[in-house]
Amino acid sequence: MSEKQNSFIQVEHLQQYFPAGGFGKNKKYIQAVDDVSFTIGRGETLGLVGESGCGKTTTGRTLLRLYEPTGGRFVYDNEVIFDVEKKQFVDMLPYRKRMQIVFQDPYASLDPRMTVGDIVGEAIDVHKMAANKQERYDIIIEMLRRVGLNSEHANRYPHEFSGGQRQRVGIARALAVRPEFIVCDEPISALDVSIQAQVINMFEDLQEEMGLTYLFIAHDLSAVKHISNRIGVMYLGRMVELADSYELITRPLHPYTKSLISAIPIADPKIAKESKRIALQGDVPSPLNPPSGCRFRTRCPYADERCAHEAPVWREVDRGHFSACHHIDRLE
Amino acid sequence: MSEYLVDIKNERLSFFTPAGEVKALNDVSIHLREGEVLGIVGESGSGKSVTAYSLMGLTAYPGKLIGGSLYFNGHQVEEMTDKEMRKIRGNEISIIFQDPMTSLNPVYTIGNQIMEAVLLHTDKTKAQARDRAKELLELVGINEPEKRLRQYPHELSGGMRQRVMIAIALACEPKLLIADEPTTALDVTIQAQILELMMELKDKLGMAIIMITHDLGVVASMCERIAVMYAGKVIEYGTTEDIFYNPKHQYTKGLIRSIPRIDAKVHERLIPIEGTPVDMLNPPKGCPFAPRCEACMKICLREMPPVTNFDRVHYTQCWLNQKEEMEKGAAK
Repeated sequence: MSEKQNSFIQVEHLQQYFPAGGFGKNKKYIQAVDDVSFTIGRGETLGLVGESGCGKTTTGRTLLRLYEPTGGRFVYDNEVIFDVEKKQFVDMLPYRKRMQIVFQDPYASLDPRMTVGDIVGEAIDVHKMAANKQERYDIIIEMLRRVGLNSEHANRYPHEFSGGQRQRVGIARALAVRPEFIVCDEPISALDVSIQAQVINMFEDLQEEMGLTYLFIAHDLSAVKHISNRIGVMYLGRMVELADSYELITRPLHPYTKSLISAIPIADPKIAKESKRIALQGDVPSPLNPPSGCRFRTRCPYADERCAHEAPVWREVDRGHFSACHHIDRLE
Repeated sequence: MSEYLVDIKNERLSFFTPAGEVKALNDVSIHLREGEVLGIVGESGSGKSVTAYSLMGLTAYPGKLIGGSLYFNGHQVEEMTDKEMRKIRGNEISIIFQDPMTSLNPVYTIGNQIMEAVLLHTDKTKAQARDRAKELLELVGINEPEKRLRQYPHELSGGMRQRVMIAIALACEPKLLIADEPTTALDVTIQAQILELMMELKDKLGMAIIMITHDLGVVASMCERIAVMYAGKVIEYGTTEDIFYNPKHQYTKGLIRSIPRIDAKVHERLIPIEGTPVDMLNPPKGCPFAPRCEACMKICLREMPPVTNFDRVHYTQCWLNQKEEMEKGAAK
């Protein structure tokens, strides 16, 4: 428990159900995130991977209360942000200064009618961080510099920038309030390969300079492995495995993680030809009506009776290596 | 007659936009034999899709072919009329698109859309075409084909829709299949399924494939030859081994260096390609990559480099390679 108490970010049993039609008894819910728990230490990067619809983005957004959580508890720096059971919800405004987000699509997340300076400056205005115009301008320019843009860019509009530059603007906007914690929601997916490395390096530099803590969400496991200290793997709303990033890649325990890692195309023809894929059958089931017991059982090559009846318990299999599967001991 | 199935020579294609001429393809030469798999990699806007589309006679307005010859399977594509083109399109040459969500018609059933291709190019009756459609669905690994024939695209998942797209493309057993980023919109585990399926079908039907992608991992496992495109030019061409183990062009080298490796044990900083992609409206005068190139020389800014041949297959367009080869020759 001592480790948990020291953690900068503690998420316990986070749940996010979205209503999806129906009335009364028949009311249906999309179980986007269900019983997800993790911690992040100060200055650490936790990667979150999974296929589309697994709830990784919803997890990030729910923590920032961009969605109202339907269950669970979130403790940030020893302060409770929300505790659904106790109906405890804090006023987010002071915390928005400390927690920020970088969105996936740099084309859709910037207002086309605002100059880049105003986009970055808006947060400064909201939080009244600048005493006068000059100070506001100075902060904006400093943030743009930090992300590799310069002062002349401040008066331009988003359409004048390339994808990589726009993502830099999105990052500058998040940095403007000097946050401690940033949710990076697929920040590199929309960028060209040659630009991705630039942006990843920048995230690393900023982390070092400003002591940032990241929740880095992406579906590209190679990139996540590169930037994260630890990685959590999600499947259909649940966390299936969490471990140190090198450990997770080299010694995955959960059958889903194993197949996910084997499916990554490796940019090396010799290794690619030798490596064996653990092909998964079928598609991800609907989160409206997830399978009983273990959610992965419909595609799992090891599934049996027990998996259908009983949801596997999330447990620490090895030091710092968590997983939820009935058959871990058998698989090793 | 040519020894190749596809032989594109010195193709020039421009888009005449209101803002000016965009030279999308500038002296592109590509060839491949029957049953061969060629990968075309490059960033968005490098001309990889345009090359493939022009071979199918699908150049969109305001694009115009202004030079070069396009040979395919006994046809001189640039001289063909629309009517002649329609005869081979979907018959001898087929394409699958990136986004299976938008490339199927939402108001027709799956069966209808597969049968369309069969009815257009063969003299099968409707009943026979229906049987053929069922056969094709089985071929691409879709279960319950009878039921699927009556379903609409929205009832299928992304991976399934891409399988249907492949079924349509294969309806007439084409000689050449163009796959335009066929797995970019799909999750990794589904991507692995689709790539495996394509390779299986290639072996079964003996068609050639042009694989357009920005993912070096995908080409590493699938292709025999690779063309690297940058700003409307093939800047390097070679076998998969040449490109991955002996890259010569600075851009190719940078591209391979910049991808994070999943098997890296210690954390190494990524080495990105600096700068931003070319503005195709105002391309630099000499080599288009020169402004981002570490080894840029004076001549690079003035003149486009000629082709440097290393062996029968492997070539680049780079002044540095030209210089090195000259010096080698002089030393001999």
